Amino acid sequence: MNIKPYGDALDDGAMQLSFTLPVPLDAKAREAARVYVMKLGFEKAEIVYSKSIAENFSFFVCYGKSAVVLDYDTVVVEELEQEVMSYDEINEFIKREIKRKVVIVGACTGTDAHTVGIDAIMNMKGYNHHWGLERYPMIEAYNLGAQVPNEELIKFAEEVNADAVLVSQIVTGQDSHIKTLTEFVELLEAEGLRDKFITVAGGPRIGNKLALEIGYDVGFGRAVYSEDVATYVVEKMVERKLAS
Amino acid sequence: MLRNKLNLSDEKIARARELASVISEPVQEFIDKSTTTTVERATLRILGADGVDADDQPIANVVVDNMGDNLAFGAAKPYINALLKKGFTPDELNTAIAEGLDIHELELTDFTHIKAKADELIQIFAEKVKKNVKYRNDKIKEYNRPESNPKLYIIVASGNIYEDVKQAESAAELGVDIIAVIRATAQSLLDFVPYGPTTEGFGGTYATQENFKIMRAALDKVCDKQGRYISLVNYCSGLCMPEIAVMGAFERLDMMLNDSMYGILFRDINMYRTFVDQKFSRMVNTYADVIINTGEDNYLTTSDAFESAYTVLASQFINEKFAYNAGMPARLMGLGHAFEMDPEIKNGFLYEMAQAQMAREIFPEAPLKYMPPTKHMTGNVFMGHTMDAMFNFASKATGQSIHLLGMLTEALHTPYMQDRFLAIESAKYVMNSMEDFYDEVEFKKDGLIMQRAEKVLNQTIVFLESVQKKGMFDSIEEGLFAEMKRPKARGKGVKGVIERAPSYWNPTEEFLKRELGIN
Repeated sequence: MNIKPYGDALDDGAMQLSFTLPVPLDAKAREAARVYVMKLGFEKAEIVYSKSIAENFSFFVCYGKSAVVLDYDTVVVEELEQEVMSYDEINEFIKREIKRKVVIVGACTGTDAHTVGIDAIMNMKGYNHHWGLERYPMIEAYNLGAQVPNEELIKFAEEVNADAVLVSQIVTGQDSHIKTLTEFVELLEAEGLRDKFITVAGGPRIGNKLALEIGYDVGFGRAVYSEDVATYVVEKMVERKLAS
Repeated sequence: MLRNKLNLSDEKIARARELASVISEPVQEFIDKSTTTTVERATLRILGADGVDADDQPIANVVVDNMGDNLAFGAAKPYINALLKKGFTPDELNTAIAEGLDIHELELTDFTHIKAKADELIQIFAEKVKKNVKYRNDKIKEYNRPESNPKLYIIVASGNIYEDVKQAESAAELGVDIIAVIRATAQSLLDFVPYGPTTEGFGGTYATQENFKIMRAALDKVCDKQGRYISLVNYCSGLCMPEIAVMGAFERLDMMLNDSMYGILFRDINMYRTFVDQKFSRMVNTYADVIINTGEDNYLTTSDAFESAYTVLASQFINEKFAYNAGMPARLMGLGHAFEMDPEIKNGFLYEMAQAQMAREIFPEAPLKYMPPTKHMTGNVFMGHTMDAMFNFASKATGQSIHLLGMLTEALHTPYMQDRFLAIESAKYVMNSMEDFYDEVEFKKDGLIMQRAEKVLNQTIVFLESVQKKGMFDSIEEGLFAEMKRPKARGKGVKGVIERAPSYWNPTEEFLKRELGIN
């Protein structure tokens, strides 16, 4: 099936763009903006708004009609596909299949000081009306907070006999999140602990594909709630027979 | 400006203040009998310690690290003694220390000489800082521009100070009043202040004295070009709070982020360390006429803005009290709060207005700092822009003072130039079109807004009473604040807290206390 963006008629290819060019605003700059958009594969482009926003910088809003067609059937997703259980179903599943509390440890590691991600998954209140893992009666959850060194996280996970470890990376620069995430897996391997825990990476720049490449069991990106993470962990535990 | 739109009870407000005062007493007692490694390093910096040794260790750290248990007597004496014994200027002594001179091996000279030298060095500091304060006031007078209300505050955070300068210049040209350079995320936990200009940092740019100088010089040019004063902000928080306050005083920063409890709760810094450090920092800030920005917005990133609004107000009362204890006048207390109500709550905007107005009325002289939505920003930039517009409205409608501009790309990436443009354009539109709104509009008697404010104030009093009963230290340990449990004996920087010996001597502290009229 071939598809194109939809504005108000099928296959019109309509898209909106906004961007800045590093030139002063004049007629030439406006034309340059339009030509640039055409080069992206649009067959029509209209600069509907332009504004000088700093010395030698111009901002444009553009509507274009794209000529590019995509065969929808060729698309492969990177994200984990699973049937997510509800809060109650997860607790029931643990009682039935695992028969003890599941221990989950999480932290925002390295230099990253942003706990919004790990808090949304773990804190009692959760996020957007999805309770966090701390609330689950059948889960013992430990949120170690921000800027936790990988060594400390591993040490703690061993102390409490964790089943799964969640590693969050939110803010990054120069790919520091990848370095931090990789170091965690390397440390686990060095200490022979790689198979002891289910390892989960999370953050806005982390897809399942990236996480698998680095050596995690799974990765979660945006729009993920505690249920997604918990479903994965408990099913994986049963699959790996870690439930004893 | 109408001061009492909410009909809040003066007795209740006074009760909350009284509770904050009682709560702070045992903490203040602890502060007064303690010092920390960074307070001593800040003291040395005031006296002239600067630069680094071959291993990039700041001279202030070298001196303090070599003192061992003698730190209980204060670091000022051996440093000043070395100046006298060697006949060096501070610069010469710093170089000698960098090259390996151990000043603690020198025999102590007569204390009256040391005291006289201390007075002389402190005068140099005082004159520099006074000159900075005068320059700022003179420029504001010279430009003679009406103050924007609120002042628009924007963040730059590239990691590279020279890139920050470009972004700051473009933001200034778009009309912002205040520019903050966000610090590298790791810096709050460094137990030293990096040195020199820096061009790399994750999530922000290192706060160094040289970086302060570079940005200040660039902004001063923009100020003269535009004929208006643009304020510069950085952080005196983390493990080096007081030292960075000193650097800010030297380089004429205008505002500094400083909270009496933020480091404890959100950076896991030891509670005793933070309490001792915040006082010295705030004395320096006050002497340099620097407005502090407190971090109450952080309570609402971990807790719900509707349920936990009282934690913000409680923290404001506590921050206010600790600031008064450091000699700070209300006009320098940029108490913080944030627009973080869940957008799905019915009448959420009314509650948001109630809380912002409440802060305005309870702290009438404080330059309140209002923070934009972050928690409920999703990546839907169009919805995000709408929420920011509502935030702009709430801010203007309730007479806020410092307005941190919300970015439509919050939660996505550090702002693009166009994101800042759109934020400033929206704020200017909203604020100009409702210039006299505050004076025009009153609230319905016993309506939702009045009821909400009263409820939050009541909850705050109940909360402060429970803290008072338990005591501040135990309350933090048991997780009463921000749902964070912070044990007394743990946390970063705990080893740097030292009980003062009876003969502890700190001439800079004596000077600041005298100047600020406090004990």
